[in-house]
Amino acid sequence: MAEPTIALEIFRYHPEQGEAPSFRRYEIPYREDWVVLDGINYIKDQIDGTLAYRWSCRMGVCGSCGMMINGTPRLSCAAFLREYFPNPVRVEPLAHFPVERDLVIVMDDFMHKLREVKPWLIRGQETPLSEGEYRQTPAEVDEYKQYSMCINCMLCYAACPVYGLEPRFLGPAAIALAQRYNLDSRDEGRRERQEVLNTEEGIWDCTLVGECTTACPVHVDPAGSIQRAKVTATVDWYKDVLLPWGKR
Amino acid sequence: MNPWQNTNSAADQMHEMLEHDILVIGGGAAGLRAAIAAVQTNPRLNVAIVSKVYPMRSHTVSAEGGAAAVIKSNDSLEEHINDTITGSDWLADQDVVEAFVREAPDELLQLEHWGCPWSREPDGSIAVRPFGGMTIERTWFAADKVGFHLLHTLFQTSLKFESLTRYDEWFATKLLVENGRCQGVSAIELRTGEVRLLLAKAVILCTGGAGRIYPFTTNGAIKTGDGMAMAYRAGVPLKDMEFVQYHPTGLPGTGILITEAARGEGGILVNKDGYRYLQDYGMGPPDPWPRLRAMELGPRDKISQAFVHEMRKGRTIAGPYGDVVHLDVRHLGETKIDTKIPFVRELAHRYAGIDPVHEPIPVRPVVHYMMGGVHTDINGATPIAGLYAAGESACVSINGANRLGSNSLTECLVFGARAGRHAAAFAAHHRSLDRAALAAQARDEAKRVAGLDGTDGGTERIAMLRTEMTRAMEEGTGIYRDEGSLSKACDVLRTLRDRFARIRLDDRTRSFNTELIAALELECMLDVAEAVAHSALARTESRGSHQRTDHPKRDDARFLKHTLAYSTDGAPRIDYLDVVITRWPPAERVYGR
Repeated sequence: MAEPTIALEIFRYHPEQGEAPSFRRYEIPYREDWVVLDGINYIKDQIDGTLAYRWSCRMGVCGSCGMMINGTPRLSCAAFLREYFPNPVRVEPLAHFPVERDLVIVMDDFMHKLREVKPWLIRGQETPLSEGEYRQTPAEVDEYKQYSMCINCMLCYAACPVYGLEPRFLGPAAIALAQRYNLDSRDEGRRERQEVLNTEEGIWDCTLVGECTTACPVHVDPAGSIQRAKVTATVDWYKDVLLPWGKR
Repeated sequence: MNPWQNTNSAADQMHEMLEHDILVIGGGAAGLRAAIAAVQTNPRLNVAIVSKVYPMRSHTVSAEGGAAAVIKSNDSLEEHINDTITGSDWLADQDVVEAFVREAPDELLQLEHWGCPWSREPDGSIAVRPFGGMTIERTWFAADKVGFHLLHTLFQTSLKFESLTRYDEWFATKLLVENGRCQGVSAIELRTGEVRLLLAKAVILCTGGAGRIYPFTTNGAIKTGDGMAMAYRAGVPLKDMEFVQYHPTGLPGTGILITEAARGEGGILVNKDGYRYLQDYGMGPPDPWPRLRAMELGPRDKISQAFVHEMRKGRTIAGPYGDVVHLDVRHLGETKIDTKIPFVRELAHRYAGIDPVHEPIPVRPVVHYMMGGVHTDINGATPIAGLYAAGESACVSINGANRLGSNSLTECLVFGARAGRHAAAFAAHHRSLDRAALAAQARDEAKRVAGLDGTDGGTERIAMLRTEMTRAMEEGTGIYRDEGSLSKACDVLRTLRDRFARIRLDDRTRSFNTELIAALELECMLDVAEAVAHSALARTESRGSHQRTDHPKRDDARFLKHTLAYSTDGAPRIDYLDVVITRWPPAERVYGR
């Protein structure tokens, strides 16, 4: 009996060679326990060494291997061929990003935005290590834990229609990361981060489509984080307007 | 025309020189910690991180179970030292272990002060969990994504230091040593494909291990021993390379890690009869249970070895990807599983198709960690002035013949920081650089890289060579080895090296040529694999993870020594170095009692 096969139609683009982007079809063995990344690795090793893509951990935690798979942003290490078999699988680079080559996108903008939100613990007074840990109850950890799970895979940017239209939008992962620190009981930097969040390109660009939360492979719920940030910013605004100095 | 030749003119190279005070190669836990330590030691220093991936992709991200440090009042530094030395089968340097254990708590507290979301006790203090080979619970954790949280906390914290530069997706290929000092690296900028010269007064290697020299490993694709190979080629010995850790619980097929925390939280290992077989291998009695340093909380080397014996007795379970045993966590209940080891549930569900709440997890031993690495002293300094190493790429050595789970993340922090501080001091006092000679070296390296594409009639496919290498390593240098299996592995590796000289790449372009990078990684892995096989062949005793069926006893008279493998034109030259023994003389390694 012939081994079953499946077709991967892969986006190919190599600016260095000056050719227009195109799709190339590869017929590969179908294995029930293979993920799309296994198929792509098979192509790279056995058929076509020129295919370029990023990957490493193959267990859904390093965030390298995000791709558009049949039009949906997925981690290719977590998307199984059996979800698509016997139909062909179309693999493209993450939407809304410039393409470096083939499935490799340019992520400079994302890296820049991560830093913009000051994703580090900000405190007025550093306590020396000799005084031990900052106390934080399990309930206080739970306040921000979900937003600390982001693996920077950028699937949410590929899913976000606003980012597609307005590249200056800070975007779901960066805002969720800002919230991760804002909601951490050890942090005192919320006001500083608010300068970045509470702008046209910050939280107010979001139109609450919620696609980011659907796309997130680790259940960070960026949409929820943006909503919370909007509420906080609104409360801040009312406090600023209505309360006298010193009571804010 | 070969596109690489564009960059080969001397004028271009000089123009492109990039200069820093310190270069850190690798952006995982050790690299980020080293970089931060260096800028904090001397804020005037200009420090750069060169990494072949964006730092948050580094393999630290995959560590699951925890990081060890003494913090609870029922614990003591003495106990952690004793556990680590016993776990190492007395091959760890005891002065280094003492420094490690002493500095560990502050390093983990520092991570806490930088925002790491450690799991907590109800009163808000740090929570700890039991881990294999540890007498007392001392493993800090953040559920079961500890490496992930540690890496992202370090990376995000690193973003606040203005004097820290990053070269993301730059692949270093050669250490530039001139006048006895390491003064930089040659590296490929992936985006452009250009070979660039990066100069520095000190270089710190934090490039991780080399699990990918084996076919079945927990390690991600990037773990190809690049830094080990670079140091080795530059003349630094690789130390204790024969000690390769098999983690007892990997998912069959993929090799994805199921953390030791599953057993720390109370999971048990059973054979096909549902019998807790570890009691037959000096780890029992099984009751009262759970007990620390016994049964499922024994050290990884002994638990992985027990699997092989069970398999030979026909008491394991046949599966499509080889025999397995069962890791059973059902009795913990859904709530505890979801709170303490949610990632285990997710991974088992996605990649093994089972829900651990209702079914046992099929597992088998899997290559996980290299105890060996670049030879350094207690400060991370290698024998080459200005060159440092830390983390899994280094052998400092605290792990000896067997590393205890949850010591390696802490090791990255303690010795990353030490290397960073010492490199900062070195860089401040060695300001001169031999620029012309370094540029010449970089030009030669650019030519070497350009020559790899096989345009002059190469035929060998790198994926094929890689498969043959990993097979040779698995067959020859696995959990149990002997002279025959090791000699054969050495022979195969030698022929693969010859064949590597005749590789042929499909991709002759420059930008993001990942096939070229894969070829360079394979070349590194062949170097590392040879060091492993030859070091193992020369050590005619059994100790920790190195088990010779033809020499089954530990032999302190001859081998209470570190192996040093030196690169030569032929087979590695093997030499030895005494282990530092201070207050803990070698004794029998006892668990379960």
